[in-house]
Amino acid sequence: MENMVNVYLFGKKYEVPSNLTIMGAMEYAGYQLVRGCGCRNGFCGACATIYRIKGQNELKSCLACQTKVEDNMYVATLPFFPLEKKVYDIEKIKPTEQIMMQLYPEIYSCIGCNACTKACTQELNVMQYIAYAQRGEYEKCAEESFDCVMCGVCSSRCPAGISHPQVALLARRLNGKYLAPKSAHLENRVQEIKDGTFRELLEALMQKPISEMKELYNNREIEK
Amino acid sequence: MYNEKMLESMRKVAANREANAELEPRRMTADEKDALLAEFHPDYKQNEFAILSIGENKGEKVPTELCELLQAHSRISAADVDLTKVDYETDVLIIGGGGAGASAAIEADEAGAKAMIVTKLRIGDANTMMAEGGIQAADKPNDSPAIHYLDAFGGGHFAAKPELLYKLVNEAPEAIQWLNNLGVEFDKTEDGTMVTTHGGGTSRKRMHAAKDYSGAEIMRTLRDEVLNRGIPVIDFTAAVELILDENGNCAGAVLMNMETKELLVAKAKTVILATGGAGRLHYQGFPTSNHYGATADGLVLGYRVGAKLLYADTLQYHPTGAAYPEQIFGALVTEKVRSIGAKLVNADGEVFMHPLETRDVSAASIIRECNARGKGIETSDGVGVWLDTPMIELKNGEGTIEKRIPAMLRMFGKYGIDIRKEPILVYPTLHYQNGGLDINADCMTKVENLYAAGEVVGGIHGRNRLMGNSLLDIIVFGRDAGRAAAEKAKDVTVGALTLDHMAAFDAERAAAGLETEAISPKLLPTYTHGNPKFEAK
Repeated sequence: MENMVNVYLFGKKYEVPSNLTIMGAMEYAGYQLVRGCGCRNGFCGACATIYRIKGQNELKSCLACQTKVEDNMYVATLPFFPLEKKVYDIEKIKPTEQIMMQLYPEIYSCIGCNACTKACTQELNVMQYIAYAQRGEYEKCAEESFDCVMCGVCSSRCPAGISHPQVALLARRLNGKYLAPKSAHLENRVQEIKDGTFRELLEALMQKPISEMKELYNNREIEK
Repeated sequence: MYNEKMLESMRKVAANREANAELEPRRMTADEKDALLAEFHPDYKQNEFAILSIGENKGEKVPTELCELLQAHSRISAADVDLTKVDYETDVLIIGGGGAGASAAIEADEAGAKAMIVTKLRIGDANTMMAEGGIQAADKPNDSPAIHYLDAFGGGHFAAKPELLYKLVNEAPEAIQWLNNLGVEFDKTEDGTMVTTHGGGTSRKRMHAAKDYSGAEIMRTLRDEVLNRGIPVIDFTAAVELILDENGNCAGAVLMNMETKELLVAKAKTVILATGGAGRLHYQGFPTSNHYGATADGLVLGYRVGAKLLYADTLQYHPTGAAYPEQIFGALVTEKVRSIGAKLVNADGEVFMHPLETRDVSAASIIRECNARGKGIETSDGVGVWLDTPMIELKNGEGTIEKRIPAMLRMFGKYGIDIRKEPILVYPTLHYQNGGLDINADCMTKVENLYAAGEVVGGIHGRNRLMGNSLLDIIVFGRDAGRAAAEKAKDVTVGALTLDHMAAFDAERAAAGLETEAISPKLLPTYTHGNPKFEAK
């Protein structure tokens, strides 16, 4: 006999096997998910979930696909949260402090309550990366926020109405495009290809009989 | 977290770790690989395949589950749809909101066409988001697109279409540059040199990565760019049937709102199928690393209007799916774990293969180790072998795991397993659809004005795909398809819309004497986790 626990999905009680994830428990209960289910592997942020164990004060948040059910868990999923995404032209903006002030001025209303960090389903230091964004330290903001899955739970808890994942995404794009060092070898290779450097070599390979390709492949040198 | 039997085996792994780390296991010969695959790779299990009796690939074998969907009834009848009432009209209709669809939309927009994305879940709910390990491109001085070509061609069993593989490798460096210019972050050294590693079957270190969130970093940036450009994204809306015009050219799709079930008509000058793979069909009962919507919809939609499939009988089982704990059974453990130094070890603590053979060979080798040789470790859902993650830090120093594979550290950490200190259990998981819709070098299928890009396509990789060539493929061919479809749209005048192909397909099914109650596309899988109340259905 499986070990069963009681979970309360949107307040309604279901008895489910204790080894299931919250997402699995919903499906066991008979839900055919459309909202609130994406990659099922902790990368897409579709299954943001808020829960409380009955009788406990603390409100917890998690990804439903990555969290095991517990007895007396009260579950509410957050399949959509209205984040504010500002539109910009990545070619025209510059990685200056002003751009954050222009696009996401609400970050300067942060009251330092740290509710975002406490709520993060990825256990990121969200308030810290917002602080980096305020100061225009985009490289640090990018690094600190890198594992963000944009589930939006942080923003749901923010009294200042900040859309943290969008701020972080802007910082990462600024860092990736403008601040991180350029790759000279990449630029050289793109130019060589434009110049047709490898065309003949490739075309020759394309025309070789399979037997010859097998010979080449099976005897190719492999970099250590 | 591990049980006593696992811990006992794990002690052997730990005892041998230093010696195992020093080993450079021999790579298999071509003959050894062929024999291994024939005996142990799931693609060779004849009773898991069925022969198509209708459609363009009549007489060819495909997985049983796919065969049923390809020959199934439509979700709708033509009478349900008023084709004169058009809800959306656009130049380029892109079906699918993953990396290929987003890349196509950006390039179509860049080319001046009016593009639109429809997707049955949200934009970014796609296998792209879950690609962890990296993206290949031959951009180092000791490498070249020709060497990349040879690696991919051989790794794919010499079956790739040369004209497609040529584009894949030759456009790879520019794809990386394009992503980087959009703001995608890549792991680089201080002077800007890309940090690159090997993948299974590569002969040069050309795997570019963004930690082990490579696909997520690419996808969230592409999604942001689509939104910045104001390209319409119609989410929670699935394509359930393609629409042709009176001349037999593809000219749109019937859409279904996933929540309200409302049917809508989208009319377009050109259509790009970018619907991804099929892991959620769970071929042969395998778990999958794929996202929730990977149900082969694009193959079904295309097949019904006369597009041809290529290599639809070949699937990729990723060698290292999580075998334990059960909550993440089948989840992807990136190949990068082996790229940066972890080896595969059996129950007795022995390294039984080179860790970077191609994926099909690695998967078959793990299956052999567990089944024929009995050297696997039993888990609640089956069996697995060890992937000795602590070896990574033994070789590369403390902190390597947190820096290079933080997602893996987090995924197992949630279940009390610290992969820096304890190895993990892995077994092959259904990962990738090697085959798919046959396209020409312009990304067009056999049906005029119907394009395809991404995992839904077959022929780019042949009969097996190398790590890092799929993220590459969705970018290269997504962009190419977007440009080609936008260019073509300039010259297209759409004739009267029809769904006549549905009746024709029904007639072909009847003529073949096929009786089936199945309907397709499947759109989403159904899971009930053994609840007896639902199992009977």
